[in-house]
Amino acid sequence: MYNGGRILVGVCIFLVLVTFPFWNAIGRSTAAPELDLDTPVIQQLSEKKCVEPAAVMRENHMQLLDDWRNQVVREGNRVYTAADGTEYQMSLQNTCLSCHSNKADFCDQCHDYAGITPDCWTCHLEPEGN
Amino acid sequence: MLDKALKGSPKYWGWIIILLAIAGVGFGCYLWQLNQGLTVTGMSRDVSWALYIAQLTFFVGIAASAVTVVLPYYLHDVKSFGRITIFGEFLAVAAVIMCMLFVIVDLGKPARLFNIIFHPTPNSILFWDMVVLSGYLLLNLVIGWNVLEAERNALKLPGWVKTLIYISIPWAISIHTVTAFLYAGLPGRDYWLTALMGARFLASAFASGPALLILLCFVVKRVSNFDPGEEALGKLSVIITYALAISLFFVGLEFFTAFYSQVPGHMEGLTYLFWGLEGQGNLVPFMWLFVILAVAGFILLINPRTRRQESTLKIACGAVFIAMLLEKGLGLVVTGFIPNPLDTVVEYAPTAPEMAITVGIWAIGFLIITVLYKMAIGVKEEIDF
Amino acid sequence: MKINRRNFLIVGGFGALGAGMLSATKSFGRKVQAGQGMPAPKWALAVDLQKCWAGQQAGCHDCLNACNKAHNIPQMNEAKDEIKWIWLAPFEKVLPGQQHDFLPEGIKEKPVVTLCNHCDNPPCVRVCPTKATFKSAEGVVTMDYHRCIGCRYCMAACPYGARSFNFRDPRPFISEREMTYPTREKGVVEKCNFCAERLEEGLRPSCVEACSYGALIFGDLSDPQSEVREILRQRYSLQRKPQLGTDPKVYYLI
Repeated sequence: MYNGGRILVGVCIFLVLVTFPFWNAIGRSTAAPELDLDTPVIQQLSEKKCVEPAAVMRENHMQLLDDWRNQVVREGNRVYTAADGTEYQMSLQNTCLSCHSNKADFCDQCHDYAGITPDCWTCHLEPEGN
Repeated sequence: MLDKALKGSPKYWGWIIILLAIAGVGFGCYLWQLNQGLTVTGMSRDVSWALYIAQLTFFVGIAASAVTVVLPYYLHDVKSFGRITIFGEFLAVAAVIMCMLFVIVDLGKPARLFNIIFHPTPNSILFWDMVVLSGYLLLNLVIGWNVLEAERNALKLPGWVKTLIYISIPWAISIHTVTAFLYAGLPGRDYWLTALMGARFLASAFASGPALLILLCFVVKRVSNFDPGEEALGKLSVIITYALAISLFFVGLEFFTAFYSQVPGHMEGLTYLFWGLEGQGNLVPFMWLFVILAVAGFILLINPRTRRQESTLKIACGAVFIAMLLEKGLGLVVTGFIPNPLDTVVEYAPTAPEMAITVGIWAIGFLIITVLYKMAIGVKEEIDF
Repeated sequence: MKINRRNFLIVGGFGALGAGMLSATKSFGRKVQAGQGMPAPKWALAVDLQKCWAGQQAGCHDCLNACNKAHNIPQMNEAKDEIKWIWLAPFEKVLPGQQHDFLPEGIKEKPVVTLCNHCDNPPCVRVCPTKATFKSAEGVVTMDYHRCIGCRYCMAACPYGARSFNFRDPRPFISEREMTYPTREKGVVEKCNFCAERLEEGLRPSCVEACSYGALIFGDLSDPQSEVREILRQRYSLQRKPQLGTDPKVYYLI
């Protein structure tokens, strides 16, 4: 192979760099996210349910929020009818965060663990103490 | 063929490294701008488009000017242009890339750039600007590359490349017309609301673009064994002469409509540029410099003796290029915002980071020209042109 | 056709191009949704300058303060970064071209409430390359801050200087946060939204609500009995720069 020596050295350096996240984390472990649902508003709820069932929300809250965003901003429609017929105001700040006011112990838990930074919070206000 | 750009003298590599360094400084300033926001520039609520967009406007003209060599050669068989069409096309590639970079650095949320593609909006001229600029870049890259390859291998140009070349001719006109339409359709900006905008843009493009091309050809002649040819440069200089004449005539037309009609909205822009408005006029010296350089360039070009002599031709081309850069790349955009919609003069001056980013993009443009021209020269020298 | 590499690349290239066009064609086919039953209202604002000037004599800035507070409008240090949704500007600047040398004494300098006109034929909507600014079914020229790329074409297009750009992060400059409304972020354009979030609940805009001099009259132009239609019938009114064909929905009662 022409310039084989240099190529092999380059490939080795590349492999080391590209696998950095894996070998760098050997021996360390991060605790699984612990979601805290103990907020004043949630404690006061008679029926402890979210807009949709928890399993549905866990998987689909991103799509739900996207859909809410387009409906509120672009269609001017603020009322969401959940699968079970309950009506909610579509608002991240005023609906979601009124119950889940502990963003640091709820939203951030999974987001930080998965290394995601959703860019909602540069505009939408987090409740105090987060 | 790109390997031809990887072999060069120490001076060549020194030039590349200088350009990379300047681009690096510009990039660093851009990271600062991304972090802080566009507040690091001199733009304001009133003058919301300035140096970046003005430079974009100017370089779209340079890109469009490739048509001044392509059209005569491919449609009218002006054989002498055959030696330099590739340099025109590669100049267009570099210029369009500079334009796109100027757009990106001007955006408030560049990460959302692709929204223009996800949510196409045909009623927006900016959408069409994106379409025609991207198309033109692709056209010139594909055409330039294939023309060079065909030349290198002594083959006839394939039919499909010829078709693309014929498409690129009206397309070149379209990129600058669409850019003019960005300005010429806005009801609130009196300085821009003139049907003459598209015509003025094309005329100044066909003066400034070939001027730069001639200067670049002289550089090519000096650093290589390839001579673009006196005839080609001679014909180009004639094109510049008439384009410049028409350009200055158009400026005169604007003056007439503004000052003979005595309509304040029409007069204010030109008054601000050439004499200052309400005691403010930081662009006045630049506009008079534009006048002096343009007239000097015209005198040198209209006289056949000075037009044909290399030294005076170089001076004329430099003067024309800088004159048009001042008029279009500085005066035009900022003055559209002065006075503002509430009839108040709020001035603009670029900041250091803004200028560093602009110069950084210039460096990237020159880098692209250097690499592509080196490649083209390499091929031409190989086939002993 | 022979399946060689050349043909594969050609067919594949066109295939990819076609697939890419799909998303573009989708948007062409989308139709505007028709309303249900009731015709959509057409919101407009009338500014009674005589009443406003009476209020200003007493130092009233209630409409400005109400809007700034309700929408987390930042108060920037430098004029070039300023964000203004509703503000005061001299009469001769707000309504230029409708001035002459023999107007009543002092009127030219009198401050006039200035805001987005929510035009019927808005140039800003026409030029937006992503439809981040659009006209709602109720005539409100709306901003979608999620989609805005910050190109500022709308700012160039607006003949009234109604739009502001976030040249920097506004949050450090918001003294008191209104928790029910988001802030905006650096890099997007913003402007008055006729309090669309309040209109949807049947409330009037914050500025109109706050005005204790009755100088701001808001209502539905398509309802002949509305307050705003009534006042426009009774009093002569001016629009800003009517000759531009934008058909503003803010009317000034002199």
